[in-house]
Amino acid sequence: MPEDTLARTTRSGPGRLLIAVYGVFALAATARSAVQIATRFDQAPLAYLLSALAAVVYVLATVTLALGSRAWRRVALASCAVELAGVLAVGAISFLAPELFPDATVWSHFGSGYGFIPLVLPVLGLLWLRRTASAPRDLAT
Amino acid sequence: MIDSLALALTVAALVAAAWALLLVALNKPLALDTKLTLGIAGLTLLLEAGLLVQAVIGIVRLVGTDRELSGATFVGYLLAPVVVLPLAGLWAVAERSRWGASVLAVGLLSVPVMIVRLQQIWAGHA
Repeated sequence: MPEDTLARTTRSGPGRLLIAVYGVFALAATARSAVQIATRFDQAPLAYLLSALAAVVYVLATVTLALGSRAWRRVALASCAVELAGVLAVGAISFLAPELFPDATVWSHFGSGYGFIPLVLPVLGLLWLRRTASAPRDLAT
Repeated sequence: MIDSLALALTVAALVAAAWALLLVALNKPLALDTKLTLGIAGLTLLLEAGLLVQAVIGIVRLVGTDRELSGATFVGYLLAPVVVLPLAGLWAVAERSRWGASVLAVGLLSVPVMIVRLQQIWAGHA
């Protein structure tokens, strides 16, 4: 598949919706993390650093999925993988050792504060990348 | 804050979001060549204008109040929907399938969420 077709396929159809949702989360996580770090970083440094990491991952996933070339898709894949690992690890730790997180992060309790979208999003991202990797050209229509 | 405007914007956003989801269900692309798609474009533009008015009024009120509020967050929630809605609109219109309207629905549904947060911050418990 030619490079520009791959990029167009990646950001078309369900991919376009996926990128839109990622975009909303990128904006929300970045803004929230900036406020936390600027106003009360010493209250819950671990939680706020994780919020910042989540923000970076969401921004990366949004931008790289929208660019969609072969190389950028690798970065998108890594972003989604880190995100899934993050939400699973932080989700589990927030139940097992809640004292580590005095303030909630996007990934606490598997993203229950955000309708579990943080848990679903990386799975959908990985599935979409896999499906478009060998996609026929008309997948988006 | 200004409850009547916030309520009107919330209702408009929810109506427009339902409209967008209807377009998805009917498998209509956002081609802006039918009454249904032009209607949602008009409603979205009206909503954007209303959000701009809300941002101006909100900032004026914030400057005029003596209460302790998280000002930066408040201004963030005033400006975010003003920026998000046109971005969602552009990203939606560039799509030539039913998924375009679904993108607009996401942008529209984020508006009531941000208005609720705005109200909470103004009320002082946030």
